[in-house]
Amino acid sequence: MIVEDVSTPTAAPRRATLVSRALRAAELVTTPLLPADYLDLISPLRAGADLRGRIVDIRPETADAVTLVIRPGRGWNGHVPGQYIRIGVDVDGVRQWRAYSLTCPASAPDGCISVTVKAIPDGKVSNHLVRRARPGTMIMLDQAKGDFVLPDTRPERVLFLTAGSGITPVMGMLRNHLDELADVVVLHSAPTAADAVFGAELRELAAEGRITLIEQHTDTDGLLDLAELAARVPDWADRHTWACGPTGMLDAAEEQWAAAGVADRLHTERFRPTVVAAGEGGTVAFAQQGHVVEADGATPILDAGEEAGVLMPSGCRMGICFGCVVPLRDGAVRDLRDGELTTATPENPVPIQTCVSAAAGPCEIEL
Amino acid sequence: MTATAETYDLTIDGSGAGTPQAPAATTPRKTNSRLSVVTTERRYAPKPSGKPDPVAHLSAEDIEELGRELDALRQEVLGSRGASDAAYIRKVIKAQRWLEMGSRGVLLFSLFPPAWLLGTAGLSVAKIIENMEIGHNVMHGQWDWMRDPKIHSTTWEWDNASPSEFWKHSHNQLHHTYTNVIGRDNDLGYGIMRVDEDQRWVPSYLGQPLYNFLNMLVFEYGIAAYDLELGAYVKGRGKDKETFRRDSMKVLRKIGRQARRDYVIHPMLSGPSFLHTVAANAVANVVRNVWTHSVIMCGHFPEGVETFAKASIEGETRGEWYVRQMLGSANISGSKAMHFMTGNLSHQIEHHLFPDLPSNRYAEVAPKIREICDRYGLTYTTGSLPHQVASAWKQVIVLSLPNPQPGRSRVSIAAEAVGKRVRRKLRR
Repeated sequence: MIVEDVSTPTAAPRRATLVSRALRAAELVTTPLLPADYLDLISPLRAGADLRGRIVDIRPETADAVTLVIRPGRGWNGHVPGQYIRIGVDVDGVRQWRAYSLTCPASAPDGCISVTVKAIPDGKVSNHLVRRARPGTMIMLDQAKGDFVLPDTRPERVLFLTAGSGITPVMGMLRNHLDELADVVVLHSAPTAADAVFGAELRELAAEGRITLIEQHTDTDGLLDLAELAARVPDWADRHTWACGPTGMLDAAEEQWAAAGVADRLHTERFRPTVVAAGEGGTVAFAQQGHVVEADGATPILDAGEEAGVLMPSGCRMGICFGCVVPLRDGAVRDLRDGELTTATPENPVPIQTCVSAAAGPCEIEL
Repeated sequence: MTATAETYDLTIDGSGAGTPQAPAATTPRKTNSRLSVVTTERRYAPKPSGKPDPVAHLSAEDIEELGRELDALRQEVLGSRGASDAAYIRKVIKAQRWLEMGSRGVLLFSLFPPAWLLGTAGLSVAKIIENMEIGHNVMHGQWDWMRDPKIHSTTWEWDNASPSEFWKHSHNQLHHTYTNVIGRDNDLGYGIMRVDEDQRWVPSYLGQPLYNFLNMLVFEYGIAAYDLELGAYVKGRGKDKETFRRDSMKVLRKIGRQARRDYVIHPMLSGPSFLHTVAANAVANVVRNVWTHSVIMCGHFPEGVETFAKASIEGETRGEWYVRQMLGSANISGSKAMHFMTGNLSHQIEHHLFPDLPSNRYAEVAPKIREICDRYGLTYTTGSLPHQVASAWKQVIVLSLPNPQPGRSRVSIAAEAVGKRVRRKLRR
């Protein structure tokens, strides 16, 4: 790629200007809409469109986990095994974004990618995907992200320490790189053998002698105690370890690896839980204007902000005109009319009506 | 689109509207009274006409109870809002875009009369759907809950001369908050007409049947001028010069883009059919103008609709606001197709009670609202499209003349006023 750019230094920019000129000309035809609004009707997966994907297959993995096979749009840039993607799924008509690890070959012949989703209790999106989603559904995608990947120089000996759906990024690595790894131990925790996502595939790899698989079935064996790790994997400290699982396990691992002075050999992946602690009232931050306000659970954020001198858009002040809508960047707010809770994270900001929303815990407004 | 750090002045005759201003700050603000349904006293301010209070028979408790019933009704719809509603608006948007593309495609051959007719009809319908069922409702935030940035009140731009930014301010904020409050809701006659006998008569209203007819033909430009608050500015009580200049540039740019598309680009693409396509697009725009103007007139102008004195909304609760919306709006009865083509503004009463509920749900709410109105003894004004259009026009024509007085007809009072004015002019 870089070599090409150097050898034909002007070709790419010239093509880019031609395309952008053509697009600008097309905007004259389609105004007030954009050409893309019409092209999306015809070819939503074309190059240059917002990145989308179509679910082409849904394969059950366990009783509560499925693999979604997705045909991504032409704009898909590919991924490195171990990375994750964010997908935007409409659940009950509302777009929800979640991150899932890619579990597929990095370059499948059919161009499809896959993620594996485990239904978590009360998980709005995961339950929808596992139980209700149907092939043919169009979803929104983001490019692959994350540095939970193997280095270019593959380590000699590897330990994968996983629990639950934490196996998914590791499966992505195993399916792509196993041949390049000489000595692999997988220590995986799941409630039972049947609950282990990819259990059969892992056991097959173990039977072929390609990996050493240690299964911890927590329903019968109890939670994995890292203090006993040396008994299960005697050379753990000499291995490069990739760990993915619940926060408790990762915290314990970091402590243990640090204590052994080998913290640099531990690579972890944390999926931030989307559960936001909601309360009554809280600290409202308006970061861009540098204001932080304490607001109770009955005061509209608009009132609290204005009182502190924050410049805010406003309108009817009763929730009907949508003139005050700004993104909630982080935290939770409650609708003063019906108590409905809205939560947001920096990855998933949600526009809210500040005139009828009160802080429900600490939150940050994009103003 | 990025949110701008603006706050809007609420001095309603529209003067400060759209002007970014620092908040008054420092003095603690009392939370808006309309956020609460709790009603402890009846508020009523008489109007010059001396018309009786239409809510005189209801106590404060009745109004509070009414407010709670309507809140519960809203909650019922919110509770069942979901995938099928989202599918509905996406289907409408998709169908509208195909219809518009198809019609404009056919118009490339508008030299042939059948193509001209088909294309013009299709484009007219596409523009009506785009403005009403899609544009108006999306900009109301009815679909914001889907969290789809492409179908969102903050990003939507419509096929209309008035930029969405200004329309949302004058319509969503001013009109919907201050519905039918004389002196605060400029939609009552759009600032150029007298449509209620409690609006003070001046001789210039004599021309309003003509203005209304002309406004109907060029309605999208009328809306643009109205949203820009051109009238107030010309009279010297509008926005400051700099703001006005900036805002008018935005409007002119939008008008330019729209006109270039309809009267230059598409005709050019039509080659030999150039002039025919110009004519087709002009007709489609006028058809859309006439239709939307007629529907919108039916919303608040017909006989039976109540207006309110400014002083009556001081400290108004949500219950009282609901009552004002019910009495201040009028519905149009008719077929499903008619409701759809009006963008469900035929359910004007339901829309004014719940402006942010998805339009496809107003039909199911309507019988419940009617029942509530009956039970509380409140008028639910409705009628067929021809009946309501005729009623609105009758108001425009009759109220172009001053109110009659005992022993004196409308015409004689008007003649005397005009005579006075002419004599004054002559003396100068």
